[in-house]
Amino acid sequence: MTATLTEATGAQHSRIYAMGAARGENVVPNADIIEPIDSSDEWIQKRTGVITRVRADKDTTAIELAAAAAKEAIERSGIDPAEIDVVIMATISNPRQTPSAAAIVADRIGATPAAAYDMNAACAGYCYGIAQADALIRSGAARYAVVIGAEKLSDIIDPTDRSISFLLGDGAGAAVLGPSDAPGVSKTQWGSDGSKSELVGMNGTLTQFRDGEVEWPTLRQEGPSVFRWAVWDMVKVAQKTLDEAGVRAEDLAAFIPHQANMRIVSEFAKQLGLPESVAIADDITTTGNTSAASIPLATHRLLEERPDISGGLALQIGFGAGLVFAAQVVVLP
Amino acid sequence: MAFTNDEVLAGLAELITDETGIDASEVALEKSFTDDLDIDSISMMTIVVNAEEKFSVTIPDDEVKNLKTVKDAVDFITNNQ
Repeated sequence: MTATLTEATGAQHSRIYAMGAARGENVVPNADIIEPIDSSDEWIQKRTGVITRVRADKDTTAIELAAAAAKEAIERSGIDPAEIDVVIMATISNPRQTPSAAAIVADRIGATPAAAYDMNAACAGYCYGIAQADALIRSGAARYAVVIGAEKLSDIIDPTDRSISFLLGDGAGAAVLGPSDAPGVSKTQWGSDGSKSELVGMNGTLTQFRDGEVEWPTLRQEGPSVFRWAVWDMVKVAQKTLDEAGVRAEDLAAFIPHQANMRIVSEFAKQLGLPESVAIADDITTTGNTSAASIPLATHRLLEERPDISGGLALQIGFGAGLVFAAQVVVLP
Repeated sequence: MAFTNDEVLAGLAELITDETGIDASEVALEKSFTDDLDIDSISMMTIVVNAEEKFSVTIPDDEVKNLKTVKDAVDFITNNQ
């Protein structure tokens, strides 16, 4: 007789226990970056909302930022790091393709032998990670999970680029998730559209660079087209996320979209018709756009500034290169 | 019912005022969106999306780059209703 396999069984619900954050050591004001792009502090603030961005020292890596953010999240969660079963690191800026950053981070935070892997979903990476952690916990594949968004984007920018480089910063944000008695993560709305892959991304490949065909590859975007997609297409995704979660806009304590550009954040909030009671994340104004790290960093900051929203509902949505997107409603730790 | 050129110009001027605060009387056919009206690419895209809804037309991203003057936009909208 053939043996019957034993399947994993997981928790009924998952939730975020705690957040952690680490930002680049250096605050870079607009005045420091305007010369190569022939711009001004006023122009950048008016058109993007960015006043400063944070950038890491040359020798600081995304792995170090990730480990620092994860350690804070674990300490705040009260979970023994040895009990963590999986470490998911969303990043697009790890300059070493293998080994994964996540495996090294897992070891540095005391989680070995947790499963660990890197994931590339650009600015949607953190929300992809939350979707995966929630599914892993509820399936029984993991009891505790760490999701990290970590970037050192300053390694892949061109100071003369006027399309995106001047917005970008370095940092890492992390969340610890585990089992819950009540729902803490809604169904995720996620997807991709590779037909628009050329709208945002690297302007060359490593093999082209090796062969002397291109300069060191850096990030570029078609700003207006990305803006249109990020607001009007993503509003539909956000609304569907709310609808399928059974949540109305007025039920939200916070709206935490990817911190791409303050004008995207503002127009998005306007199109969603959010009431004034909803706190809107604006971490981009002083941190800059940190891709996969932007949502957890913005969440961490919002909870520091507005501890009263702890336990409330937050709509978070990431969108970016791929194109890819992911959104869910979470209960704030 | 199709919009006339004058109706499109007036409607576009309203959308430009809403987005930028520029007085509608400033919006004339020969004006350049960037050089005369100082409308940046993000505001331009917001105006385009709102114009699509107002005039029931589709203005693809590639076409937006060709809309240099108010007349370019009015012509595109009236010809594609």
